[in-house]
Amino acid sequence: MIDFLYGAAALLLLLTGLGLARMMWGPAPADRMMAAQLLGTGGGAIALLIATASGITAIIDIALVLALLAAFAAVALTLGEPGTKQPDGQANP
Amino acid sequence: MTLLPDLALVLLILTAAVWTVAVRDRRDAVIGFIVVGLLLSLAWVRLNAVDVALTEAAIGGGATGLLLLRACARLVPRPAESVLPHPAMWILTGLLCSVIAAGLAAIVVMPVEPPATLAPEAAANMGELGLGNPVTVVLLAYRALDTLLEKVVLVLALIGVWTLTPEQFWGGAPASLRAQQSSGALRLLAQVLPPVGVVIGVYLVWNGADHPGGTFQGGTVLAAMWLLVMMADLREPPEIRLHTLRLLVILGPVVFLVAGFAGFWIANGFLSYPPAFAKPIIVIVEAALALSIAVILGMLVAGPAARAPR
Amino acid sequence: MILVDMFTMAAVGAGMFFFLAGTVGLLRFPDTLSRLHALTKADNLGFGFIVLGLLPQSPDVLSGLKLVVVWLLVQLAAATAGQLIAQFVGLERRRDPAA
Repeated sequence: MIDFLYGAAALLLLLTGLGLARMMWGPAPADRMMAAQLLGTGGGAIALLIATASGITAIIDIALVLALLAAFAAVALTLGEPGTKQPDGQANP
Repeated sequence: MTLLPDLALVLLILTAAVWTVAVRDRRDAVIGFIVVGLLLSLAWVRLNAVDVALTEAAIGGGATGLLLLRACARLVPRPAESVLPHPAMWILTGLLCSVIAAGLAAIVVMPVEPPATLAPEAAANMGELGLGNPVTVVLLAYRALDTLLEKVVLVLALIGVWTLTPEQFWGGAPASLRAQQSSGALRLLAQVLPPVGVVIGVYLVWNGADHPGGTFQGGTVLAAMWLLVMMADLREPPEIRLHTLRLLVILGPVVFLVAGFAGFWIANGFLSYPPAFAKPIIVIVEAALALSIAVILGMLVAGPAARAPR
Repeated sequence: MILVDMFTMAAVGAGMFFFLAGTVGLLRFPDTLSRLHALTKADNLGFGFIVLGLLPQSPDVLSGLKLVVVWLLVQLAAATAGQLIAQFVGLERRRDPAA
């Protein structure tokens, strides 16, 4: 069982790692952000798998923090001050 | 566990890091940086350094990404070519980085024999302090002075950011953090998540005494929740002249200092605690520090004042 | 015990399948919004099945409860992030219809 869980964690790392190709190809910032999003969720799942396999329950807390902050990068992407500048550096019309 | 997954993880970290440095667009680089942080957090999990993994997950996933993306939004637009440094600078930076990397590699590959470590002694005296997490024991008992200075540096950083305030806005509120367009989904998240997040943040601080966790992780989570509320436009950033705000900023370091000087009378000297009261003192100091860290990080992301005081 | 382990393997396996589908979709789908659709599948079903599979393996009740909280947080975060990324795409398109 333990080997299965470690194996699943390793496979999941490879899968979400492949998603990094989308971060490099883009083309839109949203595409890149999606790769980060997938890695955040996948990372949480990997942490849970390792926590169960190793019996170190403290690792669940890492998944907890990752899940809590999972949406933050996406929220930050939409940041911008109305009337001054847009995030891509173009002046607001 | 075989070596293959570890190699894959290292390869992923290197790929993401190189891409982050090489990419031209500032915002793309920040996204790459967030990804590197997530991967590093997994690497720390693999190394069984749960405390560090927690910090990386909280800081890398929440605070730094926000801080950098906000900085991107404020920067004056410039074509990518004009910000490239001189080729000589390139080469010099590359050389320095290679020297540091080679030095670190040398230390890892050729460790001192026998390895100089205080770990057994540190672990042997843990019982006296009544704490169960060796990392917290080192941070708040053995190396308390380093931790104190670290928190003072955070206050100095905030003062540094505030000094960028234009004269006419001094004492006013930082620019709003609201998103470009109002979004019902974001508002819902900002109403549902903070109650849960505050509980998790307090849990991390409290849990830090005996298990992985602690002030910085907990404080960062609290700051992230505050920032979420500000980004969803449910609250504006406070004016930087507010006394309550300034008191909260210095609360942690002041409590730490008071506990440190009290050591002259109740124990053996600066920053030493009497064994019977070590745990309560450390928990109180940690609580005050977490609160200060939350306020400081939140105000660091909010930035210098951009509106005249009302 | 064997039955519990088989349940875990089946559920975690199902979760892995949805993560695979999410990754393939993220890499192969032709435009941003379709890729977003693939991503949210991985977030919802993939993560959900893995948590479901790990629940019977948790050593104590507190850890099990934490697993459920993590799952709920991921649901909330994934749903919000999906909305925000889609809105962001819409905003960029309106600003630059050629993209």
